[in-house]
Amino acid sequence: MVKRALTGAHYGLFDWLAQRITAFVMIVFVLYAAAAWLFSAPHGHDGWKTIFGYSGMRIGAFLFLVSLFWHAWVGIRNILMDYVHATAIRLALQVLAILSLLFYAIWSAEILWAPGTSWR
Amino acid sequence: MQSDRPKYLDLLKIRQPLPAVVSFLHRVSGALLFFPGIPLLLCGLDMALNSPQDYARLQSLLDNSLIKGLLTLLLWFFLHHFFAGIRFLALDLGYGGALRQARASSKAVLAASILFTVLVSIRVW
Repeated sequence: MVKRALTGAHYGLFDWLAQRITAFVMIVFVLYAAAAWLFSAPHGHDGWKTIFGYSGMRIGAFLFLVSLFWHAWVGIRNILMDYVHATAIRLALQVLAILSLLFYAIWSAEILWAPGTSWR
Repeated sequence: MQSDRPKYLDLLKIRQPLPAVVSFLHRVSGALLFFPGIPLLLCGLDMALNSPQDYARLQSLLDNSLIKGLLTLLLWFFLHHFFAGIRFLALDLGYGGALRQARASSKAVLAASILFTVLVSIRVW
């Protein structure tokens, strides 16, 4: 006998939890960044380079950004499910959102680990 | 079933309770932080870290009062999303669900986001 839940795939709960956990990660980083800005704001390009020269800062910033992109995906998906009822259009917009967030994630890694090689 | 009760579906006439306003603004600000918020944040970080020339360009862009004004608006969206989000986390954990607390915390979220927007603007300007 096959035993499985007949109602849904339950990934809604996972998204719900992911939204909250990523929110918590971002709150911690934002409070840290706000304190750093208040007490020793970086001066000029050199100041920014020095701060992001620490691997802890790069990793922390990357964790923040990945949390941000994941959090944004859950929110955008919810908005699209609520307001865009035509399946084809909703699917197209969801693919667009996922692709742009993946693009942002790769761009973030490039900014943090290979500054100066930017495509601009 | 027919009812004689009046229907007000005019969005400009419907008066939403304060927690609903906070919730609505949370969604709107979230959408605007996704776009243009995220690309602007990454562009700024990229320019700040790329080279001294890009840093100088970023600084001259930030000196433009129109750009400053738009970024202040985006800052308010961020702060509202931030404080309203903390409120929703507290509600998830079971705090502040009663009507009085829910109204008071909605007021606090709206007030704090505006207050901090003003404070940060004063410091930056």
